[in-house]
Amino acid sequence: MTQKPYLHIPHPAARPGEEPDFSYLELSDAGVVDRPPNDESARNIEYLAHELVRVLDDNHEATGPWDPTLDKEILLKALRYMVLTRAYDDRMQRVQRQGKISFYMQSLGEEAVSIGQGLALEPGDMLFPSYRNQGLFILRGTELVDLMCQCLSNTGDMCKGRQMPVMYQDPARNIFTLSGNLATQYPQAVGWAMGSAIKGEKHIAVSWVGDGSTAEADFHYALTFAAVYQAPVILNVVNNQWAISTFQGFAGGERRPFAARGLGLGMPGIRVDGNDLLAIYAVTRWATERARNGHGPTLIEHVTYRGGAHSTSDDPVRYRPQDEWAAFPLGDPIDRLLQHLVKLGHWSDEKHTALEEETKIVVDDAWKEAISFGTMTEPPFLNAQLMFEDVYKEIPDHLKKQRDEMLKLSGEKS
Amino acid sequence: MSQMNMIQAINSAHDIMMEKDPSVVVLGQDVGYFGGVFRCTDQLQEKYGEHRVIDAPIAEGGIIGTAIGMGVNGLRPVVEIQFADYIYPGFDQIVSELSRLRYRSGGEFFSPVTIRTPCGGGIRGGQTHSQSPEGIFTHISGIITVMPSNPYDAKGLLISAIESDDPVVFFEPKRIYNGPFDGDPDKPGVSWSSHPMGEVPQDYYTVPLGKAAVVEEGDELTIICYGTIVHVAQAAARLTGIRAEIVDVRTLFPLDIDTLKKSVEKTGRCLVAHEATRFCGYGAELVATVQQECFWHLEAPIERVAGWDTPYPHAFEWKYFPGQKRLAAGIRKVMEAG
Repeated sequence: MTQKPYLHIPHPAARPGEEPDFSYLELSDAGVVDRPPNDESARNIEYLAHELVRVLDDNHEATGPWDPTLDKEILLKALRYMVLTRAYDDRMQRVQRQGKISFYMQSLGEEAVSIGQGLALEPGDMLFPSYRNQGLFILRGTELVDLMCQCLSNTGDMCKGRQMPVMYQDPARNIFTLSGNLATQYPQAVGWAMGSAIKGEKHIAVSWVGDGSTAEADFHYALTFAAVYQAPVILNVVNNQWAISTFQGFAGGERRPFAARGLGLGMPGIRVDGNDLLAIYAVTRWATERARNGHGPTLIEHVTYRGGAHSTSDDPVRYRPQDEWAAFPLGDPIDRLLQHLVKLGHWSDEKHTALEEETKIVVDDAWKEAISFGTMTEPPFLNAQLMFEDVYKEIPDHLKKQRDEMLKLSGEKS
Repeated sequence: MSQMNMIQAINSAHDIMMEKDPSVVVLGQDVGYFGGVFRCTDQLQEKYGEHRVIDAPIAEGGIIGTAIGMGVNGLRPVVEIQFADYIYPGFDQIVSELSRLRYRSGGEFFSPVTIRTPCGGGIRGGQTHSQSPEGIFTHISGIITVMPSNPYDAKGLLISAIESDDPVVFFEPKRIYNGPFDGDPDKPGVSWSSHPMGEVPQDYYTVPLGKAAVVEEGDELTIICYGTIVHVAQAAARLTGIRAEIVDVRTLFPLDIDTLKKSVEKTGRCLVAHEATRFCGYGAELVATVQQECFWHLEAPIERVAGWDTPYPHAFEWKYFPGQKRLAAGIRKVMEAG
């Protein structure tokens, strides 16, 4: 080691105390990217992985071939659910700080991904979310109380106290159980989609990972299987620029977009403005039709920004400029849709303030109801015997013995 | 001497070895600029540069696989896997490659990789941040497995691990990073500053691999344990009033059979305890070894206290964790038998 080392070490554009700098982000103007037919061969549409599909322009108007021309009701629904998701996050973040739940992860700044995509999918489509997709649950109608009870590990917990907060599920609404392990559900989503194709059904599968998780082998397994079998699946990379302390360059985002990861396999990729609900809806619709018509998978990269910390255990002040989000060139997804609705004459600041107030009450009421099922410190508590159930379909003898041992020690009746 | 918690002791072991040996490099997620999510590699990148303390993509298999390659090329990589619960994507590289490189090449190739990883529960981490998978690794021929129970040992053992030409998986019980936890979650946390093993030399020293430590002498019963449970066992023994000899295995493989043997031959009774699940757990090996080595000295069947054979739950952490009450019940059982 007498020579000068020459490994390339990726560096984020700005560290704490420095000016935020997003000049590395290649942006397209709204409306300029062509929209090909959804059966176009992957080879002819590689540009979609490198450009940035945007619909909302700087004047808050919808423009270009990707404009999904959504009616007023859908737009207002999208806004309501994004506001609700943010209010839910805000509340849960605060109750974690008060010690009422052990952990939390916000989706601040990324709400358009879950809401825009959720609206573009059919109820029978199976979702394999990551831990920042709470909007999918809220949009599909999972009660806030149920989400909160999961975070509280209380008697209303859908996971019976087995999982950390935010690891939700909703089988009735076709949302798979979340795993805390990264990218593990990506190949599972592909398998689900293969199952759908084997059975001749039209339901598709959809999964999400962050930019950081694209480095996991499971991400690459998923792409390979999806491409080989042309599975009816949409694979999403939510590129929020940060994986805890490492910026997206550490996942290989410096030279080519994540949307281009599948091109070598002949899988189309679309890079979309992840804070533009209309663009997200439009590209998702395109991909769903492609998948449902038997033309195979699509990889979608959502370019967005992680507005909050990675989790309540993280402190981003240590590794990125505090005001970085404010400088993010694609803005705030809620604000952008709001401005669009104002421009269309469907919305106003007064109406928005009223919506926020109303939403706050909905979340407050849900929280009051949720804690009536118990908290970490207040009864009622879950029955600890539940710990021994569901390891297998039937409780094996050795676990029955261990359960009885536990009950004997804690003086509870079997 | 200075006061260190386990994080500082581990950090100091890195620092000393990086200073001493320019071939030592650190690789892992968030280990560089950020200094690690538990801060075990804090300030190291600033001091030794980005070519020696390397932030890695989120790819445990990639981290361990590339570390093996660096090791083959003459470096001495120290890898951090952020949680032991996330080591499995790298499992193939450990089992099929790292552990057998020397064997399959007739001794021509080896890679002196140390894999550090926080393990164990007690932090409300649920099934993905609480596991104790050491028994899976002790089952693999070709690697050394370590789990320290205090700052002094952590530093000395980590230095030995880094210096070892054999690969080492180094488990760090995260519940005792900041203080010795005796298994009672209702008591206020204790820091290492009031514990003798929190006194740690600032300079180089080693604790040899393959040597257990008798942390408390006694003549009525031997408790064989490691990691967090060492402190729980001490508290449980006090609870029962039994004069227990507490043996901290420290290095799970190679196992210091002589120290175990000497103790059990003296006491005639033995309890084995660990936080990991019981079935086919590391305790089974301990029981088999003690039974074989000390059979004619045993006055009672050897008892085992371990985590229940379920995944680690989020809600019932203290009913799952083998705390003082469970260990005390185990102690009484051994004392009453035979």
